Amino acid sequence: MDLSLSTRTVGDRTVVEVGGEIDVYTAPKLREQLVELVNDGSFHLVVDMEGVDFLDSTGLGVLVGGLKRVRAHEGSLRLVCNQERILKIFRITGLTKVFPIHTSVEEAVAATD
Amino acid sequence: MATVELRFSALPEHVRTARLVAAAVARRSGVDEAVLDEVRLAVGEACTRAVGLHQSGGISAPVRVLLIEEEKQFSIEVGDEAPHTAPGEVPGAHGGADESDAETEEDEMGLAVISGLVDDVEVTAGENGGLIRMSWPTTPPATLAP
Repeated sequence: MDLSLSTRTVGDRTVVEVGGEIDVYTAPKLREQLVELVNDGSFHLVVDMEGVDFLDSTGLGVLVGGLKRVRAHEGSLRLVCNQERILKIFRITGLTKVFPIHTSVEEAVAATD
Repeated sequence: MATVELRFSALPEHVRTARLVAAAVARRSGVDEAVLDEVRLAVGEACTRAVGLHQSGGISAPVRVLLIEEEKQFSIEVGDEAPHTAPGEVPGAHGGADESDAETEEDEMGLAVISGLVDDVEVTAGENGGLIRMSWPTTPPATLAP
């Protein structure tokens, strides 16, 4: 399965819906998407991972890269994920402390620091 | 002891194939269903790392994956042919400093995921390449009813 990406705007947030597998082959597409959004002035991103079947460290690297970019513009990058096997990867790498992880897009969109 | 060997050109698109094959053989060997996700992720990380090392080192040799069914365990060996420099040595200058740093970071994150996932893991590296060996316990398949 390949990677699917779609974006939509909710208020001042941009929701990126990701589906499929994020690995060493597909992660560059996600990176391009995040870079493009930031270059176009979207600094408050919500990455919806509910449709993700597989995530590896390359994918984590891309998300961390995205976070760095939005933070350079005082933006935010929030994740939506309820899948235990995906959450586990964030936990073992300590990234649960880096990313705000929400249980729904609505919650992520409404969240403020 | 039964072995399946997989060799693939160091290209990112083949890592998924390695994951699928490894998971299929692991399932066959009696690795618990609940652990198969970990097997898939760990072998993917090891192969991704090997592909990266071959690509950045300009090595044309394929990446080698051994899937080994043993009596009470299932092991995976992922071998690369990248000469590893000892810690502290300056690696060959290729790409800018940023690029090199990013590569190192990703490499370390991959190893972090593997060591976080797999209890029984061994990473060795030498002049002729590196090897990651990971093992999982297996339960023998239930005997078929007569």
